[in-house]
Amino acid sequence: MLPYPLLSLSLLIMWLALNGFTFGQLIVGGIVSVVASWAMASMRPSKPRLRGWYLLPKLVWIVLYDIVRSNAAVVWILLGGHREKRHSGFVAIPLELRDPTGLAVLAVIITSTPGTAWMEYNSGGGTVLIHVFDLVDEDGWVDLIKNRYEKLLVEIFE
Amino acid sequence: MSHVILACSVVIAQVFLVVAMWLAMVRMFRGPRAQDRVLALDALYVCSMLLLMVFGIRSGHTIYFEASLIIGMLGFVSTVALAKFLMRGEVIE
Amino acid sequence: MSTIEHAAELPAWAALVVSVFLVLGSGLVLMGMLGFVRLSTFYERIHAPTLGTSWGTGSIVIASMVFFSVLSTRPVVHEILIGIFVTVTTPVTLMLLARAALHRDRSEGNPEVPEDSPAEMPAEESGEPAGRA
Repeated sequence: MLPYPLLSLSLLIMWLALNGFTFGQLIVGGIVSVVASWAMASMRPSKPRLRGWYLLPKLVWIVLYDIVRSNAAVVWILLGGHREKRHSGFVAIPLELRDPTGLAVLAVIITSTPGTAWMEYNSGGGTVLIHVFDLVDEDGWVDLIKNRYEKLLVEIFE
Repeated sequence: MSHVILACSVVIAQVFLVVAMWLAMVRMFRGPRAQDRVLALDALYVCSMLLLMVFGIRSGHTIYFEASLIIGMLGFVSTVALAKFLMRGEVIE
Repeated sequence: MSTIEHAAELPAWAALVVSVFLVLGSGLVLMGMLGFVRLSTFYERIHAPTLGTSWGTGSIVIASMVFFSVLSTRPVVHEILIGIFVTVTTPVTLMLLARAALHRDRSEGNPEVPEDSPAEMPAEESGEPAGRA
């Protein structure tokens, strides 16, 4: 009946947010979300499992804080603070995370914090290439990504 | 008094966003390579989406919200298509 | 400078909050675009628009949510869909663009980009990993 309950629920919430909360819209939105989840099931994607969902608020908090901090850092650099000394470069990071959903979340985190950009993921060796805007200490970035984000994501998704 | 501040900041936000769109356009024309132009086009889409949201605050109509949602979706699809084209089609400059 | 007529019954604190978030968000977008024009290589420039798509979009969305919620005295949350949408789609476009740029730079033999397989990998597995399209 409901192969993806979370997907159906979020589609229903989105439908009600766009169309206003009335009883008729609740029925139409319910039908649309259930049919959409059947369509999703017929494509048979790998079903993500959330093991440690209780860690999600902590992850969201860390990411929001980091986005604010790195926004300030990038604005400071762009405004001309120590412009000559800065150099940017690529960092290759070996990852233990293999779950596709976890990798997708990590890509969203790394890209949406200004100052780091996810370049490409090598699924053979499990390394990811990121580009860092203000690269001072290469090992520091590897350490940051692995300890701050990857450890939590491994706990959540694997 | 606070409403004068609100009106001023709406105008300031609009000016900022238009200048940002103009800068993105400068980068789009200047290039130098195709990926720069595609990235500039994507930034232009984001700026116009935000400009429509500010228009919504200024006019008080929520219809601008739907327009900006559509611009965001079209911008996403077009940027993905252009990036795929850059990667797969052998583009000769 | 004329005031906005339909916002006449907006309380003063809400007007101030909306103003602060509007100027902050559009200022961040403007800073990002300034950097976008000033920076010198493509891989540096790819960082500049993320200023606008992270907190630039976020604070304009918050301003719009506060404005319409206070004005219509009920929670108006549909703007958050734009925030979620931009947050989810920006990494996809940037990742695809970055891979296209890497692919083009490598096929031209640009020395500034790293080689294809940065880790110690078997030789037969090198080569562009197939896209997960």
